[in-house]
Amino acid sequence: MIKLEGIQKSYGLGKQKLHVLKGLDITIDKGEFVSIMGSSGSGKSTLLNILGILDKYDDGNYFLADTLIKNLSEKKAAYYRNRFLGFVFQSFNLLAFKNATENVALPLYYQKVSRRKRNDIALEYLDMVGLKDWATHMPSELSGGQKQRVAIARALISDPKVILADEPTGALDTKTSYDVMEIFKRVNDAGKTIVVVTHEHDIAAMTKRNIVLKDGFVVDEIMKSSELEVGSIES
Amino acid sequence: MFDLDKWQEIFITISKNKLRTFLTVFGIGWGIFMIIILLGAGKGLQNGVERDFSAWATNSGFFWSERTTISYAGFRPGRNVTFTNEDTEILRKKINGLSYLAPRNRLRGAGNNVIYNNKTGSFSVYGDFPGYSKIQLVDIAAGRFINDKDISDERKVAVIGRNIKDVLFEDEDPTGKYIKVNGINFLVVGLFDSRRTGEQADRDTQTIYLPFTTFQKAFNYGNRVGWYAYSVKPGYKVSEVEEAIIANLIKRHSIHPLDLDAIGSNNLEEEFAEISGLFTGINVFTWFVGISTLLAGVIGVSNIMLIIVKERTKEIGIRKALGATPGSIISLIIQESIFLTAIGGYVALVIGVAIIEFLAGVVPDDGFMGPPEVDIKVAAGALGLLIVGGALAGILPAKKAASVSPIEAIRVE
Ligand SMILES: Nc1ncnc2c1ncn2[C@@H]1O[C@H](COP(=O)(O)OP(=O)(O)OP(=O)(O)O)[C@@H](O)[C@H]1O
Ligand SMILES: [Mg+2]
Repeated sequence: MIKLEGIQKSYGLGKQKLHVLKGLDITIDKGEFVSIMGSSGSGKSTLLNILGILDKYDDGNYFLADTLIKNLSEKKAAYYRNRFLGFVFQSFNLLAFKNATENVALPLYYQKVSRRKRNDIALEYLDMVGLKDWATHMPSELSGGQKQRVAIARALISDPKVILADEPTGALDTKTSYDVMEIFKRVNDAGKTIVVVTHEHDIAAMTKRNIVLKDGFVVDEIMKSSELEVGSIES
Repeated sequence: MFDLDKWQEIFITISKNKLRTFLTVFGIGWGIFMIIILLGAGKGLQNGVERDFSAWATNSGFFWSERTTISYAGFRPGRNVTFTNEDTEILRKKINGLSYLAPRNRLRGAGNNVIYNNKTGSFSVYGDFPGYSKIQLVDIAAGRFINDKDISDERKVAVIGRNIKDVLFEDEDPTGKYIKVNGINFLVVGLFDSRRTGEQADRDTQTIYLPFTTFQKAFNYGNRVGWYAYSVKPGYKVSEVEEAIIANLIKRHSIHPLDLDAIGSNNLEEEFAEISGLFTGINVFTWFVGISTLLAGVIGVSNIMLIIVKERTKEIGIRKALGATPGSIISLIIQESIFLTAIGGYVALVIGVAIIEFLAGVVPDDGFMGPPEVDIKVAAGALGLLIVGGALAGILPAKKAASVSPIEAIRVE
């Protein structure tokens, strides 16, 4: 599903130049549930942004669903983001002036799905994350966990090939974090590929595969048995 | 291409920032308002002047005799030049381009000169040819103007103005009645109204027209002509015909060729052209002021849109991450910009037109200013200009919005 070959990325120029990713080779198959870990500043978000076609890389190749993602026009990039990818952010990033349903439906707006149809679909996805009764609430009326569930529903609605989440539990308490991870797990069980960036070990432990970044390289990879139960690894 | 979502978003941003929206809309509206009011007032001024000119054929002029100022051909300066019927005949024959040549006389002497029954009044009495009615334009309200038969038969008939009828006849029908002018009976055959209004109209209609031939004979004017009014045929310029006339008269009346004061003249075409030029100037000025103001308004909208884009950076970034194309972002911003300008412009247009319409109802139509007026085409043009202005104002902010980087926008501070 995802194939990275010698991905390099640096910020800035000249003396200020900061080499963040120094050649990553990662392959993620369909249906995997992967966490990316590493200390602050190790380039986790940078990597996820590249995976999400939000940022360009300097060198190497990135294949997403067998499509080379390189030198895309803005329009093409928008298309792939919309069809192939679903994002979940640490700060939720819901639009404040739209209610839960409208927020969830937004990706379908960019697929030119009619208003009624996309709101109907949005309602199904809200139901899936257990927020059917909150459909008409504005983001300001939702708790952090609820917001993140709305965001997950929004990421899922376009039936993307990959879900990318950058510290999705970073702003949530432990209990809520686990609820959110439980949803991810369910989505993954249904066959969806998920990549989660986190610096919390217990969160990472709930995924099936762990990639650790350090100094611009992958330093560690841990494959776990998929039977590992959430909650059994609390330290 | 009505897109409810897009409009919903536009309305939400607009309603969230009421004061800012108001100021923006006001800036644009002010420009349009200025244009409408200035153009309307200018048109009112023009209407006023054109109304004053409405009583005259603008392809016309006058000339009259004065005293010579240079000795010539044995004559001493200070001699009175006198026009006669002979001049009329020769000018009619010799001058190309003359449409009507109307010799005129005016009855001298003040005091009450006109009597009907036991009522008297003091009025202007002229001897005229039928053609004069083609130069000073009047509206015949009853009967007729002087005709050729009146001239050839030297009939004792009179055409009187509305004001005279009001004074002498009150509610009576004047046609068919006799009035006494300087003791001589004239049959009233026509009643006329002025094309002007108010005081000007009163002055215009304190006038009696008599047949020129009858006038000369009845009041012992011999073959003398007081002055001439004339109009020119289409395709001729009044100034050219005027030159030809004066050249002819100078020769035949033994006037020094350089004695420009011996014959006076006046050319309505030139006067009219001067005033028309003035109005063109006023219009140009109005558009200049209006468009400058509009431009300021458009720049204002552009600035506001830039602020809006800046405020919405995060939102735009999120949208891009969810798959918004640059095109969809650009059209969102440009539509909002057009909407703001169009609203401001439209409201101002409506208010401006309403004010002009109101003024048109209350401004009396006899001052130097006529009723102000808005040309629908101009209003439509201004609105069109606005739409274009709105689109232009949106371009820069829209480009800025389209270039928002989603990573920058969604980065956690
Ligand atoms: N746009 C940018 N311009 C310059 N430097 C950047 C930019 N984005 C990130 N960096 C730098 O690149 C490095 C990697 O940043 P990144 O955000 O990927 O780290 P991270 O692993 O996500 O860290 P954290 O756990 O704190 O979120 C950091 O040193 C950061 O300062
Ligand atoms: Mg990060």
